[in-house]
Amino acid sequence: MQQVIPAITLEVSVLLLGVFMLFAEAFSRRADRSHMARYAIAVLAAIVGFSFFTQAAPDPIVAGTYWKFYSVDATALFFKRIALVSTIVFLVMALEYRHVLARFIPGEEEGRGTGEFYCLPVFICAGLMFMASAVDFILIFVSLELVTIGFYALVAYMRRHTLSLEAGVKYLILGALSTGFLVYGITWIFGLTGQTNLDSIKLELIRGFSVPSIAGGEKLGHLIGNEHALLFGIVLVLVALGFKVAAAPFQLWVPDVYQGAPTPVTAFLSVGSKAAGFVVLVRVLDVFLAVPAIGGKVTAILVLLAAATLIYGNITALPQENLKRLFAYSSIAHAGYLLMACASLGGDFAPAKQAVSFYLAGYLLMTLLSFLILIVVARHSRGDEIRHFNGLGKRSPMLAFAMTLAIASLAGIPLTAGFLGKFLVFKTAVATGHWVLVGIGIVGVAAGFYYYIKLIAAMYWREPEDATPITIAPITRIAITALGVLIIALGIFPRPVLAQLHERKLVSPAHVAQH
Amino acid sequence: MTVLSLIILLPIANALAIMLGVPARRSALLASWVQLALTLFAVLGYDRARGGVQFGSSWNVAPEWGLSLRLGADGLSLIMLLLTALVTVAAIHASPRIEKREGLFYACILLIDAGAAGAFASFDLFFFYAFHELALIPTFLLIGLWGHGQRHAAAWRITIYLAIGSIILLVGLAKLYLAQNVALLPGHARTFDMIVMAKTPALIPAAAQGGIYIWLLIGFGVLISLVPFHSWAPGAYASAPTPAAMLHAGVLKKFGLYGLLRIAVPLLPEGAKEWAHVLLVLLVLNILYIGLVTIAQKRLDTMLGYSSVMHMGYVFLGIAAGNAVGLSGAALLMLGHGLSIAALFAMAGHLRQSSPALVFTDFGGIAKRAPFLGYAFGMAAFASIGLPGFVNFASEVMVFFGAFGSAPRPGTFSFTAIQIAVICGLWGVVISAVYMLRAFRKLFMGESTGPAAVADPAPILRWALIILLVALLIGGIWPKSYLSFIQPSVEALLAK
Repeated sequence: MQQVIPAITLEVSVLLLGVFMLFAEAFSRRADRSHMARYAIAVLAAIVGFSFFTQAAPDPIVAGTYWKFYSVDATALFFKRIALVSTIVFLVMALEYRHVLARFIPGEEEGRGTGEFYCLPVFICAGLMFMASAVDFILIFVSLELVTIGFYALVAYMRRHTLSLEAGVKYLILGALSTGFLVYGITWIFGLTGQTNLDSIKLELIRGFSVPSIAGGEKLGHLIGNEHALLFGIVLVLVALGFKVAAAPFQLWVPDVYQGAPTPVTAFLSVGSKAAGFVVLVRVLDVFLAVPAIGGKVTAILVLLAAATLIYGNITALPQENLKRLFAYSSIAHAGYLLMACASLGGDFAPAKQAVSFYLAGYLLMTLLSFLILIVVARHSRGDEIRHFNGLGKRSPMLAFAMTLAIASLAGIPLTAGFLGKFLVFKTAVATGHWVLVGIGIVGVAAGFYYYIKLIAAMYWREPEDATPITIAPITRIAITALGVLIIALGIFPRPVLAQLHERKLVSPAHVAQH
Repeated sequence: MTVLSLIILLPIANALAIMLGVPARRSALLASWVQLALTLFAVLGYDRARGGVQFGSSWNVAPEWGLSLRLGADGLSLIMLLLTALVTVAAIHASPRIEKREGLFYACILLIDAGAAGAFASFDLFFFYAFHELALIPTFLLIGLWGHGQRHAAAWRITIYLAIGSIILLVGLAKLYLAQNVALLPGHARTFDMIVMAKTPALIPAAAQGGIYIWLLIGFGVLISLVPFHSWAPGAYASAPTPAAMLHAGVLKKFGLYGLLRIAVPLLPEGAKEWAHVLLVLLVLNILYIGLVTIAQKRLDTMLGYSSVMHMGYVFLGIAAGNAVGLSGAALLMLGHGLSIAALFAMAGHLRQSSPALVFTDFGGIAKRAPFLGYAFGMAAFASIGLPGFVNFASEVMVFFGAFGSAPRPGTFSFTAIQIAVICGLWGVVISAVYMLRAFRKLFMGESTGPAAVADPAPILRWALIILLVALLIGGIWPKSYLSFIQPSVEALLAK
C-alpha cells in the first residue's frame, strides 16, 4: 500500500530549511555566504521533486483539524511548485548578483552580511505556499504578511544605495496601508457573516441572500438589505489585493520600487507578489461571485479595474528607456490581462480560473528569464537601460536569443507560453462578452509589441557600446536554458501543465465537519 | 512522421543548426531543395481520385481545449506548399552576399519558410494561426538588419501593423470558435478541427456570421494589404532584403487569402453576403486606386510593392464571387502572383547591386548588356500583367468569368454590384500593362545610360528565375496541371 504524504510537509520542510539557514548564517565562520544559496537551491529542488509524491485531495483522516483553513487541490499544488521554482531561480539570480549586492553592504570583507538575502526568500516561499492552500481569511492574512514582511527587508536590502532605501520606504508605507485595508475589509465581512472560512462565508451569504423563509430550523434571507455593507467589505479587500497585484489605480509604488530594489528582488516581487495576489483574488472571488445579489457589481468593479490597469500599464510602458522600469510598467499591463480573466470569472468559472493559472505560470517563466538575463547583462554593461543591451546579438548570441524568446513570450507571439496565456484570457473574455475589455486588450497587445520589440531592435540592430563577450556562470546557463525550453514547451505542448490544473471537484472537509 | 511534418520540421531544424554553427548558405540551399523535393513528392503522391485531406497526422496537444497539431493537405494546400517551396528555393538562390551575421540571416529566412509551410499544412485553427506568426520577428530582424533605405521605420511599421492585424484575426477566430452550434458537432464539444468544421453544415448560426466575418475580413485584410490597411506593404517590400521581399510578397501574404478561402468561404457564407458590398468597394479601390498609385511610382522597388498590393484585388474578386470558378481562379492567381512577384523582386535585387536607389531614370538599355535579364524580366512582367501563356492569365480569366457569372443579370442593361466590380476590375489589367510595360521600357530599352555594372546575373540566380518562370509557364500552357488539384478542394469547400 502506498504511504500517503500530506502536502503540508512541503511547507514544513521549506520552513525548516529557512530556520536552518538562519542558524547557519548566525554561526558560519565563512564571510562569503554564497554556498548557502547553493545548498538551498539543491534542497528546494529536492522539495519540488518530493511534491510529486504528495497527494492533492484533502486527506480524510486529518479532516477537521487543519483542513478547515488549509486545503490542497490540484491548483494549490501547482502554485506551490511555482513558488518553489521562483525561489530557486531567485537564488540563482542572487548568486549572479552577489558582487553588486556586496558593494552596497557595509562590511570589511566582501560577502559579509549577505546571508539573509538568501534566507528571507525561503520564508517568502513558505508564505506563498501557504497562501496557495489558504481557504480561511486568517491564514490568507498571515501568509500574505509573511510574504510582504520578507519583501520589506529584501527591497531595502542594499543599505548604502539610496534608491533601494527609497524603494524600501515606499513599499513599506504602501504595503502597510494595503494590509490595513485588507484587515478592515475582512472585519466587515466577518461582521456580516460571523465566519472567516471562505466556504462557510459562501454558504452563509447564499443563505443570507436567498428568499426569506425558515428552512430546517434555520433562518434564510437574514442578510437582505446588507448588500452595501458587504460590498464595502469586498471593495476594501479588492483594494488591498489591488496593491499586491499592482492594479491601477493602486500601482503607484510599482515603478520606483521595481527600479530601486535589487534586481533579483524585483523579479521575485513581480512574480511572487502577483501570483500571491491572484491566487487569493480567485479564491475570494469564487465566494462573492456565487452570490447573485452582489456578483454583478463585483464583476463591474473588476471590469473597471482591468480596463484602467490595461490602459495605464500599456501606455506608460511605451516611453520607458530603463529596462527595470519598462518591466515594472509592463507588469502592470500583465496584471490587466489577468484581471480581464478575473472579470470573466463571473461567467464560466472553471475556464477563467484555468486561464489565470496558466497565464501566471507563463508569466513566471518569461519574467524570471528576462530578469535573469537582465542581471547578467547589467553586470557586464554596468547599467540596466535599454541601450546597455545594444548589440547583445554580437556579444552573446545565446543571451540575445534567450531574451528574444522571453520578449516574444511577453509580447504574446504564438508558440510561446505567453501567447497561450493571452489566448486563453481573450477567449474567456470573448465568451463572457466583455467587448470593451477585448477592445482595450487589443490596443494593449499592439502597444506591447512596440515596447517589447524595442528591446529586440536594440539587441540586433544596434552596434554594441563595448564589444567584450559576456561570460555566463554554468548554473545561470542551466537556468536560462531550462526556462527558455519551458517557455517553448508550454507554448506548444501545454498538456502536462493542464493536467496539473485539471480540477477534481473539491469536497471541502470544512463543509463536512460543520454541516 | 508524415512527409508534411518533415516539410515543416526541416527548415526549423536547419535554422537551429545554423545558429549552432553549421555553414549557413550551403545548408540552407540544401534544405530548401530537399523541401522542394519533399513537396513534389507529396504533390505526386497525392491520390487525386480519392481527394480530400491526405497525409493526415494528429498530435494531441491539449485535450481539455481540443487542441491538436493536425497536419494534412488537400489539393489547395498542396499548391500553396508548392508555392512556398518554389519561392523559398528561389529566395535562397537570390540571397545577396551577406557581410554581417550570415547565420542569423538564413535562420530568419528558414523560419519564415517554416511558418508559411506550417500554416498551409495545418488543419487546426490554433496552429494555422500560430504558424503564421512565426514569421513576425524574423521579418522584423531581416528588414531592420539587412534592409535598405528607411529600413528601421519600415520594419517597425510592418511589425506593428501585422501584429494588430493578427490580434484582430485572433479575436475573430475566437468568436468563430465560440459561435459554433455545439449540437451539430460530434461529441457535442466545440472544436478547432478545420476539417470537422468545414464538413458540418450550418455550423455557425446565420445570424452570428456577419459579426464574425467582419473581424476575419479586417484581420486577414491587414495581412493581405486590403485597402485601407495596405500602407505597410510597399515601404516594407521596398526596404526588405531581396529574399525577405520575395517570401513576404510571394508567400506570406497568401496566408490571409488562404485563410479566407479555408475558413470564411465554407463556414460564413451568410456573413460574406452581409459584407459583400463593403468588400466589393474595397477590392475595386485595391485595383483602381492602388493601380493608379503604382503608375506614379518612380522607383522599381516601390512600384513592385504597390503592384503586389494591387493584384490582391483580383484575388478578393475571385473570393467575392463565391462560386467554384471564381474561387479556383483566386487560388490559382495566388500561385501565379506569388511566383511572378518573387521573380520580379529577385531581379530588382540584382539591379539594386548596381544602383541602390533603383530609380527608373538611372537605368536604360539593360537588355543589350544583359539579354537574359531582359528576357526574364519581360516574361515575369507579362505574367504579372496577366498576358496569355502564364498562370496569371488563366486565373484572371477564371476570376472575371466566375465573378461575372456569380450573379444573374437582372435585366438587359442593368448590372449587379459584383458585375460592376468586374467591369471596373478589368481596367486594372490595362493599368498593370501601363506600369509594367513602362518599367520594362525604361529599364531595358533605349540607349544604355545606366551604370555600366549591370550584367546578366550569376548562374545561381538564373536558375532561381528559370524555376519560377517554368512553373508559371506550365500553368499558363496547361492550367489543368494545377487546377486538377485546386478545383476539387474548392468544390469540397463549397459543397458541404
